[in-house]
Amino acid sequence: MIKIKNLTKRFGQLKAVDDVSFDVHTGEILGFLGPNGAGKTTTVRIITCFLLPTSGWVEVDGLNVFEHSLEVRKKIGYLPENAPLYSEMNVLDFLHFIMGARGIAKERWSQRTKEIIDVCGLGPVIHRDIGELSKGFRQRVGLAQAMVHDPEILILDEPTSGLDPNQIAEIRGLIKELGKEKTVILCTHILPEVEATCGRVLIINEGKIVADGSPAELQSSFQGKEQIYIELKTPFEDVEVKLANLENVEKVEKIASNGDDLKKFTVECAKGVDLREKLFRLVVENNWVLLEMKKQRASLEDVFRDLTTS
Amino acid sequence: MSNHIAVFCKKELRSFFDSPIAYIVITVFLLISGWFFFSSLFLINQASMRNLFGIISLIFMFFVPAVTMRLISEEKRSGTIEILLTLPVKDYEIILGKFLAGLILIFVAVILTLIYTLSLAGLGNLDFGSVVAGYLGLIFLGATYLSIGVFTSSLTQNQIVAFITSFVIIFALYMLDKVLIFLPSFLSSFFEYLSVDYHFSNISRGVIDSRDVIYYLSLIFFFLFLAVRALESRKWR
Repeated sequence: MIKIKNLTKRFGQLKAVDDVSFDVHTGEILGFLGPNGAGKTTTVRIITCFLLPTSGWVEVDGLNVFEHSLEVRKKIGYLPENAPLYSEMNVLDFLHFIMGARGIAKERWSQRTKEIIDVCGLGPVIHRDIGELSKGFRQRVGLAQAMVHDPEILILDEPTSGLDPNQIAEIRGLIKELGKEKTVILCTHILPEVEATCGRVLIINEGKIVADGSPAELQSSFQGKEQIYIELKTPFEDVEVKLANLENVEKVEKIASNGDDLKKFTVECAKGVDLREKLFRLVVENNWVLLEMKKQRASLEDVFRDLTTS
Repeated sequence: MSNHIAVFCKKELRSFFDSPIAYIVITVFLLISGWFFFSSLFLINQASMRNLFGIISLIFMFFVPAVTMRLISEEKRSGTIEILLTLPVKDYEIILGKFLAGLILIFVAVILTLIYTLSLAGLGNLDFGSVVAGYLGLIFLGATYLSIGVFTSSLTQNQIVAFITSFVIIFALYMLDKVLIFLPSFLSSFFEYLSVDYHFSNISRGVIDSRDVIYYLSLIFFFLFLAVRALESRKWR
């Protein structure tokens, strides 16, 4: 659906996007991850024809953004960062304005408005001025604005920034729902969002793509240590030493706990080694009481931090 | 295509008339022009509109930049420009829509001064030919100032900067034929031709000459063209 080849954008000396290439396939929800200032917004602005690249090639549904700018813009619905909207307009007027500018026939306005209000849950605020709305509703008006022409591609730049947890969950649900029919690019630096909604993740750092794959793939390819969390009940104080003496154990870290006999540790070992069986036997031999034991996975957060800090 | 221009024009008119800005600006405009007009009317003791047109052409120097200053700079400041420019419309359609909205506002303000004209018509013999020409001249003058204002508004995200820059450009164009005596004679007719006030006084004398009309239209075209280029410049900066 979207093909990007060797895309570079300079602002003076600064290379905001540096030789980036990737494809977005039809029907995919792509999480576009990166720390602030990594080049997400710039890339997205080039796809939406707001900016022109310094060099490189961008094609949307077979149409080049240089030559068929207007056609490309027709296919895309775009929610810019911070959902900039006309605060003095009321929601209905604003949606009608966008419909007019998008060339939707006037006969279809009321029908389309109804659908959009339903999908985005704008019913209670439709006659209010945008400037009076809460951040959650503003964000939804932004989404509605991006969807009025039922585009094949939706590009959302940080759609959940500044929302409370309930609103975030709602917006995510909405995006997931939309992703069933449309190609979605979701820019964000909030990781749980990606895990919750995206089938594929692209991590960009300092203008370069540093990772590409499904969240699960990224987690499993992450080069880290296996960690096991263990919680024991015993009066003896030599637990830590015994754990450390176990074969393959590289590091034992004691976690502070308030109970007298309660002891918590994380045990670290090389990747690919499963310590749980041995730990269990050790516990049985010593007659400790095992309260909890679990394997800790590398989270997407670890992957992200590893790839974007240097 | 023209449909898009109408959409942007309508949206801009709405934001003029939905907020108090338009009413305040028009009221102030009418008060100032009326006060200057009637305070000198009885001194001159002639049923002539020339005086009023002269006053309005001066007031336009402030009035028009006040109308145009937010047109594009506000979109830049609030970020809505990103929504606007990713719509499937051409940049010039946006500029033209906003320009036309400003033109309609100015038209309304100028039409309202007909109150003065009509009250004057009751007092003495008015030369209606020159009145019509004067109003036409005002519209041309206003449209020219508007195009300058739209251009400066497209350069910055600060309304005040947009206001001052357009005022400076307008003032310079206005003053050109006032400084002719300081210029060498071979330059003076050139500068005279460039001055907005020279052409305005031609028209408001009741003579609609194609040279004056072409002058205004080419200035309007020139500044609107610059405004479109200024919008496009975001792409390769």
